[in-house]
Amino acid sequence: MAVETNDIEWVVACAASEIAEEDVIRFDYAGASYAVYRIAEGFFASDGWCTHERAHLADGFVLAREIECPLHQGRFDIPTGKPKSPPVCVHLKTYPVRVEGGEVLLGVPAQAQAAS
Amino acid sequence: MSNRPAMVIIGAGQSGARAAHALRDNGWEGAITLLGNEGVAPYDRPPLSKAVLLGQKTTAQCALYDEAFYRDQRIDLRIDANVQQIDRAARAVVLKDGHSVGYQRLLIATGAAPRRLTVPGSTLEGVHVLRTAADALNVVDELSPGRKIAIVGAGFIGLEIAATAIARGCEVIVIEAAARALMRAVPEIVAACLVERHRQMGVDVRFAVQVDRIIGSTMKRVTGVKLSDGTSIACDCVIAGIGVKPRTELAEAAGIDVADGIAVDDTLRTNDPHIFAAGDVCSFPHRLFRRRMRLECWKNAEDHARIVARNMLDRGETYSEVPWFWSDQYDMTIQIAGMPAFGVTTAVRETSAASRIFFALDRDGVLVGASGVGQASEIARDVRIAQELIARRACIDPTLLSDRSVKLKPLLAVEAL
Repeated sequence: MAVETNDIEWVVACAASEIAEEDVIRFDYAGASYAVYRIAEGFFASDGWCTHERAHLADGFVLAREIECPLHQGRFDIPTGKPKSPPVCVHLKTYPVRVEGGEVLLGVPAQAQAAS
Repeated sequence: MSNRPAMVIIGAGQSGARAAHALRDNGWEGAITLLGNEGVAPYDRPPLSKAVLLGQKTTAQCALYDEAFYRDQRIDLRIDANVQQIDRAARAVVLKDGHSVGYQRLLIATGAAPRRLTVPGSTLEGVHVLRTAADALNVVDELSPGRKIAIVGAGFIGLEIAATAIARGCEVIVIEAAARALMRAVPEIVAACLVERHRQMGVDVRFAVQVDRIIGSTMKRVTGVKLSDGTSIACDCVIAGIGVKPRTELAEAAGIDVADGIAVDDTLRTNDPHIFAAGDVCSFPHRLFRRRMRLECWKNAEDHARIVARNMLDRGETYSEVPWFWSDQYDMTIQIAGMPAFGVTTAVRETSAASRIFFALDRDGVLVGASGVGQASEIARDVRIAQELIARRACIDPTLLSDRSVKLKPLLAVEAL
């Protein structure tokens, strides 16, 4: 299923229809956890865990193009991962996403073993 | 004293520092003076009772901004400035060292001072409060494994310290004068869920009993407490979490209206048009709840700062944010949106075996509060949606709120803001 290009591999996270408009789901892959978003601007992905404390952003609340953490209501800009509202202040890592044949593909760091 | 137009802020806590930042963000180019007296740069207080006492974070790591920020933003931060008085006629803040700072607009963000025990023995070594970074450094030294900690007050601060002290391997007793925990903040049933968890974790929680005196050794150090029911309990330290009192003294002395806190209008302006107040110190009318209130919480300090900065620049914006509060204890989180105490009926949603949300509706069926207790992943989203519904003054059928199979988000689309 995985397709490698340079340092990233593309993995299917879910069907596009699995994420409601202005919503987020959790996707775990190869020991990492991601949050995959659907907003008016399209599909996006970031690290799943908030950069502030231990909370998964997929349990959070999507407001237009921002994700709000469920624990302390800090906010990040979804497309860029930029902190938008305290208490979060550390940038959230984002990942490339593309939609193909109704599936949402996530560009995650290539696994060492996958390179062979 | 400079004649340049200046924004002056008394109080370098959450609200004061954020307001300074927001003034710049809103285009203020003139001078900004931020007057603090804690001897350290502004910091985030919520970690003090948790990560700092656990030794996971230093107080320095709680700083809201680094030094470069104040330089780059041209914010004149003074960390040892003690204010003598506000001279309204001269529009100047007079410092105890004799200097004064002129203002075009003044923000009073002096916060609140912790109430201290006054029973005999309260001045013994080993009697603490927890409000400042300095307090946290004193308390952290007390929480060694095996030591016995007596916490007076089962409010949020007391219970958070209890959870942290248990994690540190201490023996913990919580002594509360009222019949239950969190009397002012949450419905009884939420408090009961929390207390049950504390007891499971080994905390000895006692209600309807007071500390009559603190007993000390010849070394002037705490050795125990004597309770109103006649029992004596040995302990190595006493930590009081018995509420706070707004620091209104400067405002009162200057003839500014005070009603519990510094009384402001819905733009956070005092009866002096050049003077504003924000955060824990201020008592403000809330449009949604149609009454005056004073809130002691992080989110309110943040939200006030953002609005008050704009209004110091004459934007005239009304404050109407829905209050929101959290507390993290063990692996549980408590989140409160709105004002549950203003409700007369409750609808309960069990989001999982261990997580539930209590919705509070007023006489007219308007949703006015939601309190969630349990796992953040099980309660946060619904409490967040409730917060939006409260902002809309939505009347929601309680049976929908109680039914966990009913998704709440679609209700937002129905209720226009």
